Amino acid sequence: MSRIAGVFAGLKTQGRAALIPFVEAYDPNRETSLALLRGMAENGADIIEIGMPFTDPMADGPTIQAAGRRGLLAGASLHGVLGLVEEFRRTNNHTPLVLMGYLNPILSYGVEKFCADAARLGVDGLIVVDLPTEEADLLLPDAGKNGLDVIRLVAPTTSDARLPLVLEGSSGFVYYVSITGITGTRTASAADLARDIPRIRAATSLPIAVGFGVRTPEQAAVVAQHADAAIVASALIETLQRENVDAVLRDVKALSAGVRGARQKAA
Amino acid sequence: MTTVLPNTLRNGPDGRGRFGEFGGRFVAETLMPLILELEAAYEAAKADPSFQAELDYYLKHYVGRPSALWHAERLSRELGGAKIYFKRDELNHTGAHKINNCLGQILLAKRMGKTRIIAETGAGQHGVATATVCALFGLPCTVYMGAVDVERQKPNVFRMKLLGAEVVPVSSGAGTLKDAMNDAMRDWVANVQDTFYIIGTAAGPHPYPAMVRDFQCVIGEEAKAQMLEAEGRLPDVAVAAIGGGSNAIGLFHPFLDDTSVRLIGVEAAGHGLDSNEHAASLSRGRPGVLHGNRTYLLQDDDGQILEAHSISAGLDYPGIGPEHSWLHDIGRVEYVAATDKEALAAFQLCTRTEGIIPALEPSHALAHVTKIAPKMSKDEIILMNLCGRGDKDIFSVAKHLGVEL
Repeated sequence: MSRIAGVFAGLKTQGRAALIPFVEAYDPNRETSLALLRGMAENGADIIEIGMPFTDPMADGPTIQAAGRRGLLAGASLHGVLGLVEEFRRTNNHTPLVLMGYLNPILSYGVEKFCADAARLGVDGLIVVDLPTEEADLLLPDAGKNGLDVIRLVAPTTSDARLPLVLEGSSGFVYYVSITGITGTRTASAADLARDIPRIRAATSLPIAVGFGVRTPEQAAVVAQHADAAIVASALIETLQRENVDAVLRDVKALSAGVRGARQKAA
Repeated sequence: MTTVLPNTLRNGPDGRGRFGEFGGRFVAETLMPLILELEAAYEAAKADPSFQAELDYYLKHYVGRPSALWHAERLSRELGGAKIYFKRDELNHTGAHKINNCLGQILLAKRMGKTRIIAETGAGQHGVATATVCALFGLPCTVYMGAVDVERQKPNVFRMKLLGAEVVPVSSGAGTLKDAMNDAMRDWVANVQDTFYIIGTAAGPHPYPAMVRDFQCVIGEEAKAQMLEAEGRLPDVAVAAIGGGSNAIGLFHPFLDDTSVRLIGVEAAGHGLDSNEHAASLSRGRPGVLHGNRTYLLQDDDGQILEAHSISAGLDYPGIGPEHSWLHDIGRVEYVAATDKEALAAFQLCTRTEGIIPALEPSHALAHVTKIAPKMSKDEIILMNLCGRGDKDIFSVAKHLGVEL
């Protein structure tokens, strides 16, 4: 069983959803990212998503765009991101790590070599934003060969008829982009989720994570009542910008409490 | 009965939107259903004679097509070699070839029931053309433009605003064309229900490269017929400038199967191909994925996209339409480059000898014509696409010539 599947299986027995915080690699430098990864794992993160900076992040809002720029200025590269993973794994062998980014740097690295290196150094899953199912044959064989989960995005615009196609070849979990828009902007309501999540459940047995616009412990709790994981990115990046690493970890702890309390409250 | 199909280079793209290994649909899932809807709507429109008839009506009566084919006699004499013809798409309404495509796309948008138009623009020519057709059809229009370009293309910004468009300055990244395209895509993702994105060049996710090409092919089709009428034969060489490549693919495509016609695309070499300040994706880039398609890109060793540079804001783009990448790899089209300086010299030459002020974009094509024409014989013919007029460029040309206006 992959690390990701293991985490969700464990949480199922506990009857709670997962918290997946996000770290943009090298924002604003490598040490900060490493401190965040380690600290998040100790403060309630069940899985951690690491953003691989790219010059042209088309699906991201202003917050993650700016974080990516800071990362690139600090010298981020895919080699650097994998190095970060390698160092994190020296002290943590249980928290799943998912890399999220865009295709071009991976093509430049070489898909085959990237998948092999990522898996060897401790990456568990990949989210490639601009690789829709129609183009996924570029990545799936190498990811599969190396045991990497390929996590697919599902959007409100994805029709029921299209869902099986989108989910073909996906593993780990499904990333539900809960709004039509870019990261860190609007927030889906409880009613939206109550309508949308069952639609996806009907098409897959994979856990469903909700991202884009989840900012507060209350919102994370709402997500946790409907889905299997809440992904929080922009709000944490803003906290880091405004305050510091400790403040981000404080927020992660609060978000984690929100997720943990959700189902008891609902019951 | 079996018929042997002629071997043609005009069949692309394939079902996955690819020209060889280039093109495709590299967009986030949120946009994917829209791209598929657009493809289906475009295929249906293409098959509907009333759509083409409507487009033809506007091209004739609003744009002023067909544009003239002009024998540039004094220029030909000055260069002392081949006979040079200009396809004069600078005579179109709004002063460039961009309007051909904007009309096609807005008619499609109306057909699809879309009520809001967005676009990206670099120099502002595509933005002006889009704002123009939006005014014509009474649709609200938002144009994304790099903050740097907003500053250096003030007249076009004012034109767009007069035409009723909202111009949004984009300050992410380097604040130029590619960043404007990123933000247009972000707008589209957030407004999927009512919004149609009019992309200005033959790039982006499928079906844009094929659709924009089809709408621009009117250039090459007219030129071919006009050339046959004027000379009784096809040109020996056809030349066009390349940024994203829409005017060039429009000129070249109807000639792709005419193997006697040499096709030459001219990229912007900026300060020189070895200067790191140019926009020559084919000459100095390598294949990658950006803005929805796989194509040649200016990028660093980590696959991060580099900023392009050209004196011409319309060529200032680090990518190129995917069909050009394919035509480059199979060798059907030759791709060369001209520097800022060479383009400026050609700009002045054309103005002086023909009484035509060309845009800086086709000045790059002309710069190459001045290199090859003298080496050709007097009975050989060069066809060049004069895809835009230079009124918009007089300020930057004056600046480069050290003249204060």
